[in-house]
Amino acid sequence: MEENEQLEKQQRERRDFLSCLGSAIACGAAAVATNALSPQATAATREAAADGSPVPAIPGYDWTKHSWAFGVDATKCIGCLRCVEACKRENDVPGDAHHFRTWVERYVYLEDEDTPRIDSHHDPVNIEASGSESEYRFANRYKDAKVDKAFFVPKLCNQCTHPACVQVCPTGATYKTKDGVVLIDHAYCIGCQYCVQACPYGARYFDEEKGVSDKCTWCYHRITKGLQPACVEACPVGARIFGDRNDKQSPISQFIRNNRVQVLRPETGNAPNVFYVGIDKDVV
Amino acid sequence: MDVSPFTGYVYPNETIISWTALIVVYPYLTGLVAGAFTISSLYQVFGFRHLKPVAHFALLVSLSCMVVVPLPLLLHLGHPERAFNAMITPHMTSAFAVFSYAAAFYVILLMLETWFVFRPYIVHQAQQREGLLAWFYRVLSLGSYDLSEKAMNYDRKWIFALAIIGIPGAHGLHGYVGFVFGSLKSREWWSSDLMPAIFLFSAIISGTALVIVLYVLSCKLRKVAVDLPCLKVMAYALWGFMMFTLLLEGVEFASLVYRGREGIEIIMEFVRGPLIVPFFILQFGIGSVLPLALITFMIWRGTSGKALVVGVAMSAVLVLLAVLMMRWNVVIGGQEIAKTGKGLLAYHPAIFGREGLLAAASVLVTPFVLLLVMIRLFPPWEEEATSASLVASAR
Repeated sequence: MEENEQLEKQQRERRDFLSCLGSAIACGAAAVATNALSPQATAATREAAADGSPVPAIPGYDWTKHSWAFGVDATKCIGCLRCVEACKRENDVPGDAHHFRTWVERYVYLEDEDTPRIDSHHDPVNIEASGSESEYRFANRYKDAKVDKAFFVPKLCNQCTHPACVQVCPTGATYKTKDGVVLIDHAYCIGCQYCVQACPYGARYFDEEKGVSDKCTWCYHRITKGLQPACVEACPVGARIFGDRNDKQSPISQFIRNNRVQVLRPETGNAPNVFYVGIDKDVV
Repeated sequence: MDVSPFTGYVYPNETIISWTALIVVYPYLTGLVAGAFTISSLYQVFGFRHLKPVAHFALLVSLSCMVVVPLPLLLHLGHPERAFNAMITPHMTSAFAVFSYAAAFYVILLMLETWFVFRPYIVHQAQQREGLLAWFYRVLSLGSYDLSEKAMNYDRKWIFALAIIGIPGAHGLHGYVGFVFGSLKSREWWSSDLMPAIFLFSAIISGTALVIVLYVLSCKLRKVAVDLPCLKVMAYALWGFMMFTLLLEGVEFASLVYRGREGIEIIMEFVRGPLIVPFFILQFGIGSVLPLALITFMIWRGTSGKALVVGVAMSAVLVLLAVLMMRWNVVIGGQEIAKTGKGLLAYHPAIFGREGLLAAASVLVTPFVLLLVMIRLFPPWEEEATSASLVASAR
């Protein structure tokens, strides 16, 4: 345990050092305009600075070169909720049944019923089955019923092209990155929760302890290092697909190309970037 | 952390209602500001001479409420110390970003107008008084003791101009509060083009009602007779604006139901269930129809004297309740209907704590404490101002 902490501390220090180093290099490059960086990177730095947006201090990462997207194949999801647990641990999400960066919905059509019964792991019946608010499970509540059709739908932030949350943020603490992810600057957010109200998908929550809004970032700290989001990595059946749309051979590009995909609530005009396969008209 | 129980399906993150009683108080206070200012402007700009007894008082009511308007928002923020971020780097696409500027502008406008209106009194006090308060008035006079006819004409021009700018200012500020809610596409209950207009008219009636109640109350406390023509004009204004408010609310609700977009079933379930007491009984029945009927009856019967005073004051109290309930039903009601369109939440407000009812009530009471102090410092009643002038001229 102690060893782990030690290791984590070392890694953190290393990250901090690298990020400082990154900033130093970027500043140096901008100041003297040498050819130390590649011409593209310098151009990107200039472009980002020209429109006033900050340049991320991530070593070796150029956010103008990526266009991240997410896919969900609902036909594969088995509702094991490993993604939810992985996300909570990875992202320091409050361990209760009311704060989620990602969650899974269950749609069950019983015989002779027109509308589905929908629930998720925050439902009191499911909490009772798991025995704790910090453990997630779907109760076997339909075992005695005749089920016509049933499926699971994983949900997460849609990182919309026209995000309503960014539109309403009074300070600009939440913003859209060049690579397509919507982030929140926790050091600048005033905690008014207007963004929480504005999101049509319920993807945002207010972290009472930190006093700021929070939501899924597609694990931005991981994807900018070439890793997959925690939920994608944890999914045992490959129901979650992630990748770069700029790369035509990436899993997400293939997923979108090879399937008839749809997005949630297109009528909002938000233009979501999570693409679904295998969902039904009743999915909210 | 107050978790709201739910029925049907709601998104997991919705189970904690994010905008609570404090956010109900915020539009309520802004509404009172706009309404009280309207009464003051009816006299200052539109020449409603009958409103003279309450014109200056209404201005003080407006100011004391306006100073408190940012308080519920500040208390609600997760990081109140960062509130100025919205002013330093306003994100111009956000309706909230304008708030701090609009509010600051309006507070300054109100203070300026109040200063001009009470300048003769301030000058008299600065000259007559001794001790600490004398210094207070001397500083406030900004060194100008000129009360000549020319100076007073100049003041009047300023008051007129400020009152004119103040009308779109106050109404804009409140119409914009309606926009904060009406412009959100995430909630069908809020998403309406009529929201700013509804907020505006309900603001006018709430402010008028507040001035009526406080004026009658102050007359009782000062043991002076209520100026009946003045009260009547305010009752007429209340009646007229209430008609508009009810009409707009009716049209908005009718179109919501008539359009019958996705999620209307759950809205109707909400309307027929949890909304019966707060909306149909409190806001619509007791708060709107009853006072409207009462005032109509009094106008029809030509009621006068004490009966008129009691009747109008009672109606005004009910209207104040109705508008508070309207704010509640919009702010809380909107969040009780889940974004999924498939479930309902039940908000159970906490009593204590930062977001509790006690905190909200304290914020709501603050303007009246302020008003008490302000009335002492700047008596808005004509007879007192006159007596002060008489004393001054005798000297």
